[in-house]
Amino acid sequence: MKIKELKSLIEIKHIDWLTFSAPIVLTVMGILTIYSATRPVFDTSHPSFYLRQTIWLVAGVCAMIITSLFDYRRLLKYSYPIYVAGIILLIVTIIFGHKGMGAQRWLRIGPLSFQPSELFKIILIITLSKYLSTIRTPISYWQTLFSFTVFAVIPFVILYSQPDLGTALMLLIIMVVMLICKGIEKKLILYTTILLLIVLPLTGKLIWNGLKDYQKNRLVAFIDPGVDPTGIGYQIEQSKVTIGSGKTLGKGYLKGTQGPLRFLPEKHTDFIFAVFAEEWGFVGSFFLLSIYILLIIRGFETAYYSKDIFGTLLAIGISVMFLLYVSINIGMTMGLMPVVGVPLPFFSYGGTALLSNFIAVGLLISIRKHRFSLFY
Amino acid sequence: MRDKKKTLYFFVYITLGVMCVFILRLWQLQILKGDYYREKSIKNRVRVIRLPAPRGIIYDRKGNALVKNTPYFIASLIPELSEQVDIKGLSQLLGLSEEEIQDRINKHDKHSLEPIRLKEGITFQEVSHIEARRSDFPGLIVETDITRTYPYKETASHLIGYLSHPVGNRTNMETKGFSQGTFIGQWGVEHLYDGKLRGQPGKKYIEVDALGRQLRTLQILKPVKGEDIRLSIDLDTQIAAEKAFQRRSGALLALDPNSGDILAMVSLPSFDPNIFIKGITERQWKRLLRNPGHPLLNRVFQSQYPPGSVFKIITAIAALQEGIITKNFKVNCTGEIQVGSWRFRCWKKGGHGVVNLRRAIVESCDVYFYEVGRMLGIDRIAKYAYAFGLGKPTGIKLVSEKKGLIPTTQWKLEKKGRPWYLGETFNASIGQGYVTVTPAQAAVLISALANGGKVFRPKLTLSEAPEIMSRLPLKKESIRFMNNALLGVVQDPKGTGWRARSDMVRIAGKTGTAQVISISDDVGTARKYPKDHAWFVAFAPVEKPSIALSVFVEHGGHGGESAAPIARTVIETYLRGNTNEDKGTEVIN
Repeated sequence: MKIKELKSLIEIKHIDWLTFSAPIVLTVMGILTIYSATRPVFDTSHPSFYLRQTIWLVAGVCAMIITSLFDYRRLLKYSYPIYVAGIILLIVTIIFGHKGMGAQRWLRIGPLSFQPSELFKIILIITLSKYLSTIRTPISYWQTLFSFTVFAVIPFVILYSQPDLGTALMLLIIMVVMLICKGIEKKLILYTTILLLIVLPLTGKLIWNGLKDYQKNRLVAFIDPGVDPTGIGYQIEQSKVTIGSGKTLGKGYLKGTQGPLRFLPEKHTDFIFAVFAEEWGFVGSFFLLSIYILLIIRGFETAYYSKDIFGTLLAIGISVMFLLYVSINIGMTMGLMPVVGVPLPFFSYGGTALLSNFIAVGLLISIRKHRFSLFY
Repeated sequence: MRDKKKTLYFFVYITLGVMCVFILRLWQLQILKGDYYREKSIKNRVRVIRLPAPRGIIYDRKGNALVKNTPYFIASLIPELSEQVDIKGLSQLLGLSEEEIQDRINKHDKHSLEPIRLKEGITFQEVSHIEARRSDFPGLIVETDITRTYPYKETASHLIGYLSHPVGNRTNMETKGFSQGTFIGQWGVEHLYDGKLRGQPGKKYIEVDALGRQLRTLQILKPVKGEDIRLSIDLDTQIAAEKAFQRRSGALLALDPNSGDILAMVSLPSFDPNIFIKGITERQWKRLLRNPGHPLLNRVFQSQYPPGSVFKIITAIAALQEGIITKNFKVNCTGEIQVGSWRFRCWKKGGHGVVNLRRAIVESCDVYFYEVGRMLGIDRIAKYAYAFGLGKPTGIKLVSEKKGLIPTTQWKLEKKGRPWYLGETFNASIGQGYVTVTPAQAAVLISALANGGKVFRPKLTLSEAPEIMSRLPLKKESIRFMNNALLGVVQDPKGTGWRARSDMVRIAGKTGTAQVISISDDVGTARKYPKDHAWFVAFAPVEKPSIALSVFVEHGGHGGESAAPIARTVIETYLRGNTNEDKGTEVIN
């Protein structure tokens, strides 16, 4: 064991510094933006969001380093128990969790608020990768059905009842993408598509009725912002105003007005990109997007280089997760997508998400580092 | 696992594709529409508050303020927030019906940033109610403006005028640079000097947050107070003059004969300008319009009547100046004069006997002036009437004034298509028939006599330079003689103007009576035999005139009875209040 770990340390030269530094840069930029967005307008004290996020950053970087030094293949052994533990944690959250913003997503451990669904994203990706790596291609109908039940239906139902529709949908999409990457029968894709096309219009009304009012409003507001039942259209419009008013070079750091004056809702969480774009303009936003592009494409490249299928699937799952979160969040703030409560990875305020994202990056580094391990 | 390379490229393309879409969108939002959104973000947080400029104060010649600036509050709604407002609650708070509020919101111009005015002129109490419940009604604000109150109410209201919100054509208003809510001088001095009085409203830019809380002031453009105006009128004299009419209708114009300064200007009945401030109701407006006394008419400049015997001044001066008669010319007044089958009577039955020019003026003998008029002819009378400023505007800009009428043979031919008759000359010689003058013209006439021949344009303020419209083409002698005769009218035992006699000062004057031929009234009413209108023109002190005035009392009977005492009161009040000033000028002279 010891020799192996020493070996890992020696392999520090194989650490992918790009994947390592990109999330740190993003988080630092995020903390600066949180600081600006939560600036008090009266002479009251500055809310401590930026400080707490800094602490989470330190914890996250530690978690990332530990994860990256760790051989990801050891997860193969423990993934199923971890998955069961994750499911239990989610159920515990529903029972004992503490409410915030109309949903029961947080667990209190001492002074810390903890959002198990954020951690569960990683657990699901790991476990699904493990399961898919143990079966043969193409996946049979039964295996597909099994995967759906265990990795989609169960978490979906639990998350949906929190309710955390955003995360539930994300996980569903990540799972489907991973299944396709592993290779399901083309016929199956065709049949499912046809089935969905027939079933969706029929059950559309049922789904619609099952949605919460705020979810309906978001959809309506996205399709026709003029209707604006409860000010969702106002949110989108203000977000566009915030981004647009940054113009080419931005208003300058700490010069943004939309966030601190509360015209922009959720300024330090879901809509933080808008605050950044307001202060740094097109140039700054372009730079920010480039870092995300680098990180995500590097992730897919890591999947390509991975010598084992578990690593490939894991890297794909993580990269797809980042891609999804970034595109849905930024798409939402720019009025290209309906409002779904999804944070921007590394940027939005939120400790658990930051921690699990750093763990995910740690896994990517580990996978990339071990691409040569067959030759040792 | 499928082809790994294909999978890699697939995801890279997807990632790049998504990012391309984002960058295009960013480009659209920040660069193409950047200016638009920048402006929107500024509008979000910056609210402009109009700071009303205090209006210049109108003072009388001694520095008494005739108007007062008072705060004016308006309950208004910010247009952007008007859609979410609780109309039911608002209607209870403001005491307006829900329909009325909705109506005001609907009528508001969607593109205008100006607040929607819900209720004007609210009281202090209502303001504090609104402030207390501000948080329940985001968007509800109290706007402040400055308006006027007129502490002296009906006094000099035709002169001062009033302020009100402009009614009518919106675009017309905007081209003049006024917003819909601005108070504008609508009448009198408030209207005439509106540009001077109004000042320059300021602006306050404040930063607000999404809850409408005011955070800080970004910039203040201070309002500039309007210029004060010092009128030439004398408040005490004005008040005394209005009181002296004892609720009768009529007009009075008192001038400083040395400058044309208006010292008092009375038109009765009058109106209270305060009713226009809050926006006059339709009922109030109709009552004003239907009032048989026509309170909105400025009788001084806008009504014309036959001058009666006042006109004898003109006839006499014309005759003297043309050399038709001397002051010793005598006529035997038998009480009437016959021309063909027509008889022209003197007002005094039985006649005055043999009278010279002075007595004819003092006792106002009609027959004497019939004779003089016959010798002169109407056209020569008219020439002198024009010289005194009759038959043409006095040149005041306060209102659109009537010109009066001085008939000539040519005028009659053109207007009536008939030749001039001698009988008409008789009538004109004593100021009846076609001849009409405004009370203002009568005042200018007597003022010109008092100052030795200068016809001044009546002026409203002390700062204006006196303007001489014309000089009388008269010998000093004629003027001296005439003024002496006018003194006799008041001072001589038989003078018709004896009621104007004062212990304090020697007054010169001339009475006049405008015959009321018929009145279009229902037969059988009390006004079947209406009284004639009374005239009196006067100046004082005779030695060194400092006030000249005309008094006109509607249905006041003979001029001496009702008009002369008013003139005396006004002269005495004015001189009592200004003797010190006069002494001062005397020392300098």
